[in-house]
Amino acid sequence: MNLETFQFSKSAKKLNSLLIIIPMVLLFIGVYGGLMQTLFRAGIIQSDPFMGGDYYKGLTIHGVLNAIVFTTFFAVALGNALIPYSLKMNLNTKAAWASGILMLVGSVMAGVVMLMGEATVLYTFYPPLKAHPLFYVGLTLLVVGSWVAFFNWIPMYLKWRRENPGEKTPLTVVGMFTTFIVWLIATASVAVEILFMLLPWSLGLIDEVNVMLARTLFWFFGHPLVYFWLLPAYVMYYSFMPKLADGKLYSDMAGRLVFMMFVVFSVPVGTHHQYMDPAIGSQWKLIHGIFTFAVALPSLITAFTLAASLEYAGRQRGGKGLFGWITKLPYFDKEKWFFSYLISGLIIFIFGGISGIVNASYQMNTAVHNTAWVPGHFHLTVAGPVLLAFLGGSMYLIHQFMGKPVKMKGWTLSVPYIYTIGVSIFSWGLMRGGLLGMPRRTNTGASYANPESVLYQPDWMPYIDITVIGGIIMFLAIVIFVVAFFATVFARSEVTAEEPKVTFPITAPLHNEPSLWLRNFKPFIIIAIILIVLSYTPVIYDVLQSTYDGSLPYSPNSPVPLR
Amino acid sequence: MDKSEKMALSLSGMLLVLFFGAIMYAAVVEDIQVPTCITDMEPFTSDTLFQSGPETYELQMVARMWAFQPSTVRLPVGSTVDMYLTSQDITHGFMIENKNVNLMAVPGAVNYIQVTFDEPGEYFFACHEFCGAAHHTMSGRIIIEEEGVAGNQMGALQ
Ligand code: HEM
Ligand SMILES: [Cu+2]
Ligand SMILES: [Cu+2]
Repeated sequence: MNLETFQFSKSAKKLNSLLIIIPMVLLFIGVYGGLMQTLFRAGIIQSDPFMGGDYYKGLTIHGVLNAIVFTTFFAVALGNALIPYSLKMNLNTKAAWASGILMLVGSVMAGVVMLMGEATVLYTFYPPLKAHPLFYVGLTLLVVGSWVAFFNWIPMYLKWRRENPGEKTPLTVVGMFTTFIVWLIATASVAVEILFMLLPWSLGLIDEVNVMLARTLFWFFGHPLVYFWLLPAYVMYYSFMPKLADGKLYSDMAGRLVFMMFVVFSVPVGTHHQYMDPAIGSQWKLIHGIFTFAVALPSLITAFTLAASLEYAGRQRGGKGLFGWITKLPYFDKEKWFFSYLISGLIIFIFGGISGIVNASYQMNTAVHNTAWVPGHFHLTVAGPVLLAFLGGSMYLIHQFMGKPVKMKGWTLSVPYIYTIGVSIFSWGLMRGGLLGMPRRTNTGASYANPESVLYQPDWMPYIDITVIGGIIMFLAIVIFVVAFFATVFARSEVTAEEPKVTFPITAPLHNEPSLWLRNFKPFIIIAIILIVLSYTPVIYDVLQSTYDGSLPYSPNSPVPLR
Repeated sequence: MDKSEKMALSLSGMLLVLFFGAIMYAAVVEDIQVPTCITDMEPFTSDTLFQSGPETYELQMVARMWAFQPSTVRLPVGSTVDMYLTSQDITHGFMIENKNVNLMAVPGAVNYIQVTFDEPGEYFFACHEFCGAAHHTMSGRIIIEEEGVAGNQMGALQ
């Protein structure tokens, strides 16, 4: 393979390494919490040595650290890596460091108040449960930090466009910009929720908040949040995976079309998380449902394009017949360890996608909403393909930016396969239990899964127990990964005469259509804004019209309001 | 775009249209709905259950930390219930097992669904939104009694 290289400045390399190492530590704390939850839920433990007996405190830490902190850091690091690399332009390291520091300070702030038990509100922080003000401030700093990183890339992109008229923007850059355009639109809403409602309310500056309005603003953010997780994984699927298998990207235009569709349809769909909420007309819920189906389309196109790219790769490697190419891919090639992270994620995502369509299907949501089915579903998405792509990406980035050889390659290669087995068992247990009505976000071990309790539900038990087996396997896979990761971080540097350059396995397209209409973000952003206004105006109107009372703040420990 | 891509794209589109058709069929022909805006109901702060017709009942249920009021409901088989639900403090969730009933209980708003019980038996329900320290104990049952069971009186026991 002859790959292009780019020389990052020392400061940029150091920053990007830190942006990978710090969240890895936080992820490990979060995943430890996940293991404890499975044990709590089955009634195997009543208390754990680090987080004590509070299931919901652990669950808050698990959700926030894994799903919000780890993912945001990785997305920023990937952008800081791919945008300078693909545009062959240096990063403004001052702004990049400022963004990293803001994110770190914010995460630590939120982390500390969560550990102190002052913010047991789960990662959705629905009022009128109130968290310590520093929890909201911390999340805000994390988000603002990620904005600064994005704003730092925009002038680079504009400059490149000016200097390269008529050339197609590299697909990696299109993908990263899509990620952060979606993120910017989405976080604007949660910024309003936090800065104008929750933060002043938790400080006592205002008395009451409208809970339905806060929920609606949250889910305006909450659904595109899942694409913010998914899109960096898509960037790696499109630009790295075919190359790792010695193939080509089947269609460059498909990739660009997919990203633009995400810009358009990611946001006006959030009410599908509120199908069971009061105070929103069902006709508007249905419209958000229709848009949700529209945003399933780019994922179906992706499935086709990636399969076609892998088929091409398999045939190049000598695969024959209708399915012979499948056996020729480098699943167990230690030098191509990164491939295993991407391919196993794609396989998990088949089931994540199907269960997602079930959730989105309007009336069918009645059968699964807020049951254990839902965490079953999203451990097959964010804690499946997204997690694995981000872990593989973290290992690759650290190997490049620190100039270290990847250690324990055999183990590194096997992590995704072990994790896939674990998460399949785990999610099957949760989803099957959910169909029986087992609620999510519930410490079943203290009631429904406790044979001594009057609330004991024997028919849920097999499924709760199965999640323990799956959860332990998942946890072991992550432990192996973390060991290999830190073995790499602390390995001796590869000795080279000059400062090592950075390289990425960027795939060339097989069909390279001009796709002139997909070259500019602007029209797609405008369509997105129009759709958002049309789909959210009636929802917000309904919420304001049919709610009759604001809410005082509550602590999770008492039915009496705090004021 | 080559031929296979176009085919994949149209098949994906058709699949989604098919799913969407199924949703519309369920909504229009089978009349299976999700909760909507309720504006013709006075806000309530305590629970009530009364008979509103020969086989119909109206139930106003209040969710609070950490109990549903009423937590046990007895009704004769064949009852159709107009269920209204609200919360007195923070957000709770309500789902009846083996019945397509799933509602969020949000303070400051009233949620509503209609449900018919054709089979006698005990229907368990549990709070499914995190509502604080004792969330996992917040549950109750609806007991649907067979025709002619002693007294067959309806009533709400706290
Ligand atoms: C060893 C690996 C893991 C285990 C054993 C595990 C276990 C669990 C369990 C048992 C729950 C459900 C608790 C409940 O609903 O009561 C949960 C929730 C959750 N998990 Fe994981 N998990 C793991 C990894 C991850 C990862 C890597 C992510 C994200 C990147 C993640 C994201 C979440 C989120 C967002 C929730 C929902 C929290 C909430 O409902 O507030 N998990 N996890
Ligand atoms: Cu969603
Ligand atoms: Cu609850």
